[in-house]
Amino acid sequence: MAIKSLDELRKLRSSLQGTIDLREKGESDQGIIEILIGMATCGIAAGARDTFNEFLVVLEEKNLKNVRLVSVGCLGMCSMEPTIQISVPGREPILYGKITKDKVLEVIDKVIINKGYLDENLLITSFDKAGV
Amino acid sequence: MINRLNLLVCGGTGCIASESNTMIVKLNDRIKELGMEDEVNVIKTGCFGFCGQGPIIKVQPDNVFYVKVKLSDIDEIIDEHVVKGRVVERLLFEDPKAKNKVKEHKNMDFYKKQYRIALRNCGFINPEDISEYIAVSGYEALAITLQDSSPEEVIEIIKKSKLRGRGGGGFPTGLKWSFTASEVSDEKYIICNADEGDPGAFMDRSILEGDPHSVLEAMVIGGYATGANNGLVYIRAEYPLAIHRLEIAINQAREYGFLGKDIFGSGFDFDIEIRLGAGAFVCGEETALINSMEGLRGEPNKKPPFPSVSGFRGKPTSVNNVETFANIPSIILKGADWFSSIGTENSKGTKVFALAGKINNIGLVEVPMGTTLREIIFDIGGGIINNKEFKAVQTGGPSGGVITKDHLDTPIDYESLKDIGSMMGSGGMIVLDEDDDMVELSKFYLDFTQDESCGKCTPCRIGTKRMFEILDRLTKMEGHPEDLDILEDLAINIKNSSLCGLGQTAPNPVLSTMKYFRAEYDAYAYRSKKVSYSIINDLCIGCTKCARVCPISCITGKVKEIHVIDEEACIACGACYTVCPKDAILKP
Repeated sequence: MAIKSLDELRKLRSSLQGTIDLREKGESDQGIIEILIGMATCGIAAGARDTFNEFLVVLEEKNLKNVRLVSVGCLGMCSMEPTIQISVPGREPILYGKITKDKVLEVIDKVIINKGYLDENLLITSFDKAGV
Repeated sequence: MINRLNLLVCGGTGCIASESNTMIVKLNDRIKELGMEDEVNVIKTGCFGFCGQGPIIKVQPDNVFYVKVKLSDIDEIIDEHVVKGRVVERLLFEDPKAKNKVKEHKNMDFYKKQYRIALRNCGFINPEDISEYIAVSGYEALAITLQDSSPEEVIEIIKKSKLRGRGGGGFPTGLKWSFTASEVSDEKYIICNADEGDPGAFMDRSILEGDPHSVLEAMVIGGYATGANNGLVYIRAEYPLAIHRLEIAINQAREYGFLGKDIFGSGFDFDIEIRLGAGAFVCGEETALINSMEGLRGEPNKKPPFPSVSGFRGKPTSVNNVETFANIPSIILKGADWFSSIGTENSKGTKVFALAGKINNIGLVEVPMGTTLREIIFDIGGGIINNKEFKAVQTGGPSGGVITKDHLDTPIDYESLKDIGSMMGSGGMIVLDEDDDMVELSKFYLDFTQDESCGKCTPCRIGTKRMFEILDRLTKMEGHPEDLDILEDLAINIKNSSLCGLGQTAPNPVLSTMKYFRAEYDAYAYRSKKVSYSIINDLCIGCTKCARVCPISCITGKVKEIHVIDEEACIACGACYTVCPKDAILKP
């Protein structure tokens, strides 16, 4: 599917805007919750792949079909790996650090199901992040 | 008869090397002494597979797991655990995951002081899904360029943005492109230099792993601007994940028509191939990189001719760094004025640094040029581990030097770093604290460069080797005062007479540390350096912590009495210094 003009590209982009709104502003009308997991070499070395797989297993077990897992690149905070961002519609997206495999169940219970926060792993709310 | 307790002692090679056999004998002796042979059984087991924490003793059925047990701990295990049933807390294994607490980092300055251009999508989009890149305006800069601008106009935009090469040299990117563009040739090349080789640097890898499309997009724009139809990414084979994601990205871009023939219906053709390098430091130098890509030895050529005139296969070639490319789509989309409004007079935009060493928030950070070191280290980096004293920061890797606390408030840009005897380099930043030895640091870097020297020119091949030997001699306390003069003389001559950047900058770590920390060199050269720790008698409370932690057991003393370090035997590891609750240990 080759894209042949700027207009075509922009049309495609606007059809994808929903994902970005959720990730950037916590806005979504689809009820999808997104979990971004930092999966660069450094994150993987700190156990991000195990975390990712554990999320898959637990989400499956709990039959949470509205949660989307996305592997992303380096979030920059090597000392806090594995790092994840959770974007719940209607709320400010939040970064959590040191989410090792054994933390996954707690994250899903507290943040995804009960819509709370995981205080001790909370790194920063994404609106406080650096300008882009 | 069932034993009350089983003591399982690891009999793996690692643990035996750390005296676990002797421990078994001692345990059995003590048990016999106490008349408990019928209740307590000592069993030698196979390897627990946890050698890093050995020697290991497991107590069953209590399921207690003691790690890093020393011969001197056996009495305590017997007296406390076996006799009284009390667990010896200090020998227990602490699961690092149990310490997963990051509470104090809420709203930290780590992200706030950053400004992300090159890293804008890292950690935000899925690098293996092109539609996520398109969703953040990916490939729009390319579409706009091909639709609205002539190649000359693109070069004008990049020139006006004042973007400079992020690989270390800081050569203006627009100018570099214009040199290649002005050559007339049937074939031209754009090369992305992803041969990141400084110890401690991982900026380029992270960009390629987190946002490969931004680099590909910029390469196509560069190809259009310079008149090249071929792009090559030279990346080291040690970066398998980056290579994997780059391959996926190239295939997806081809599928969407962003690479290949007639891109965006403009009639412009461009495609990209990956070339793997074997990971030689010298291949970061552009002529050596091109030689390596052509299948020749990775050795530099003399310049001129520059690659922009005669590069890959003798054709005009522009070689740019990963991070440089990653800035380009944003410059096209937001304009040259936006970009040149960030940064200092002569260094515009941002720079990505890999923060490492004795710093709390190790990480990958991107800050506007002109940010001070103090902001990077103390605000973003969260200060020095264990609140120790900041000593210096090493920038520029093996080609750079140290920046001391006198220059903490220097705004960082290409020129200011050069003025204080270091350099931007590709962006590695290694933070050193009061415990770090500057001569050892120089030795580490010279060992690296003498090993990585390609051997083509004599000053670098033999000179760096001799420098390393002198440093080695000094650190072994076998040096002489005149060694320092020879070292300095060699350094200056290697700088002046080497063929390429590797040799010309290899002496920098030595020159820079000699300038700021001459006393440390003198202490080695005059053999006046104290190499053992000692105890300040007035402060020692006899808590025994130092004696227990000493790996070679050279500290003696009774409980509540002043302890003494055997200075002959001391290996200056600093373990006692770290553990002393009263600061009673004197550093060498």
